[in-house]
Amino acid sequence: MRKYRIDSSKGLEFGIYTLGDHLPDPVTGERISAEQRIHEIIEYAKLADQAGIDFFSVGESHQDYFATQAHAVVLGAIAQATKKIKIGSSSTIISTSDPVRVYENFATIDLISGGRAEIIAGRASRIGLFDLLGYNLRDYEELFEEKFDLLLKINEEEIVNWKGNFRAPLTNAKILPRPKNGSLPIWRAVGGTAASAMKAGYAGVPMFMAHLGGPAAIFKRTIDAYRESAQASGFNPAELPVTTAGFFYTAESTQQALRELYPRINEGMKKTNGQGFSKQLFAQGADPHSIINVGSPQQIIEKILYQYELFGHQRYIAQIDFGGMPFDKVMKNVEVIGTEIVPAIKKYTAKK
Amino acid sequence: MKIVGLVGTIVGHKTRIAMDYMLTTLREKDPNVDASLIDLAEYNIRFSDGRNYLEYDGDTQFVAKSLMDADAIIIGTPVFQASIPAPLKNIFDLLPVNAFQDKIIGMIVTAGSPKHYLIAEQQLKPILAYMKAQMVQSYVFIEEKDFYQKAMINEDILFRISRLAEDTVVLTKTYAAIREEQEKAYGF
Repeated sequence: MRKYRIDSSKGLEFGIYTLGDHLPDPVTGERISAEQRIHEIIEYAKLADQAGIDFFSVGESHQDYFATQAHAVVLGAIAQATKKIKIGSSSTIISTSDPVRVYENFATIDLISGGRAEIIAGRASRIGLFDLLGYNLRDYEELFEEKFDLLLKINEEEIVNWKGNFRAPLTNAKILPRPKNGSLPIWRAVGGTAASAMKAGYAGVPMFMAHLGGPAAIFKRTIDAYRESAQASGFNPAELPVTTAGFFYTAESTQQALRELYPRINEGMKKTNGQGFSKQLFAQGADPHSIINVGSPQQIIEKILYQYELFGHQRYIAQIDFGGMPFDKVMKNVEVIGTEIVPAIKKYTAKK
Repeated sequence: MKIVGLVGTIVGHKTRIAMDYMLTTLREKDPNVDASLIDLAEYNIRFSDGRNYLEYDGDTQFVAKSLMDADAIIIGTPVFQASIPAPLKNIFDLLPVNAFQDKIIGMIVTAGSPKHYLIAEQQLKPILAYMKAQMVQSYVFIEEKDFYQKAMINEDILFRISRLAEDTVVLTKTYAAIREEQEKAYGF
């Protein structure tokens, strides 16, 4: 786990992620400017840092209603504005990027931040960026696999010799600068299905697993499949960290939390995905065994500890700001996480 | 209430004739119904390549969005090779897996042979069920002999279409009311 800068003896890591969405708040109908949204994301990271949260990450989406297409640039600003918090992407679409440029960016962010940068590489859930950036959608799988492999190789080797189908060959290439401690933690983003998790397992790379809704137990199967595949490929699952990522919102009561979060999720998903989130499914989010961490602070602590018992994962990251969530509510959540939720989670999960 | 009539073929005329009659009937029965017709013969639709429906452009996006925005859909389809036509299957492939959740779907089937009367049951309904539609269980099956000189001459068919129109509207209202009551009960 040390290779991935994770110290399990300190307990479950708690992180925050934003997709960088830029949506109107459905309650007021207002949408802030992209400028304000980006500044709020940087401020969000600062507050998370001050609250003692372990990790903060920003996503890359090239479509309407998003503002962090240049997520590495935003992370550069966050690297400068924060002190201790680890920072990363959630995720970097490696398929439509040049791994050399991605590595140069993140190694630089690592140097700016004093060794705090990580890359989470994904395949894109939406495909508009293939046209935008000049890639063929038919190469969806191959692009990801080849470029992700190259990214890992650049991370391992100071001098790279490489040949592939989607990029000019590299001959005795030095990819500079190097990260502060020689390499970066690089994770594979997984959409929640076992089939996708197994690919991360076979490659022996850490897994970032996103989850929308449903009982936590169904995601245990995905995590089990990941660890079994890693084992089958000759890797030690005990050395491979797992992060889970999903919706989070806390308020005084569960009903209040559901009431404040639901319209943002439902209307935001309509705009970004073309379909809302079923209210019936969302209502089940209140169940202690649901994967959606919505509720009072105490209920959320119990849910996260239940998930920890089930998954034995190393990091949970929370998505709070989706769908035009007002910044004061985001700030309030960060405060409660810092004062109540993180201390309780560390208390129960840290090795004594 | 938005109802879209979808003519699921780019050739022939029988399905269109039946669907035109369906739309006229819907409008006559309930002036509050906003009924529109999409005849695939009039659009240039791309084959599905798996992308989110919002990411298509032109006619493809228009048709996909119109169907996603509808409260109810009446699908009109001929039978080709003992199944639904490829253009209609392509429409299903363009949409998300649970595209028909909270939508009512009625069906009108035209065919050259009475032997095709179970095709909708075996080929169309399973797709609609998978996509989470609430179906009007009885569909209207129309044969070649029910048409003469580009008009429907079998009164039984006209009566059936009338009943399908009525059932589609009643079920759409009913399911909307049920959903409203259920969602109110969640208290958020």
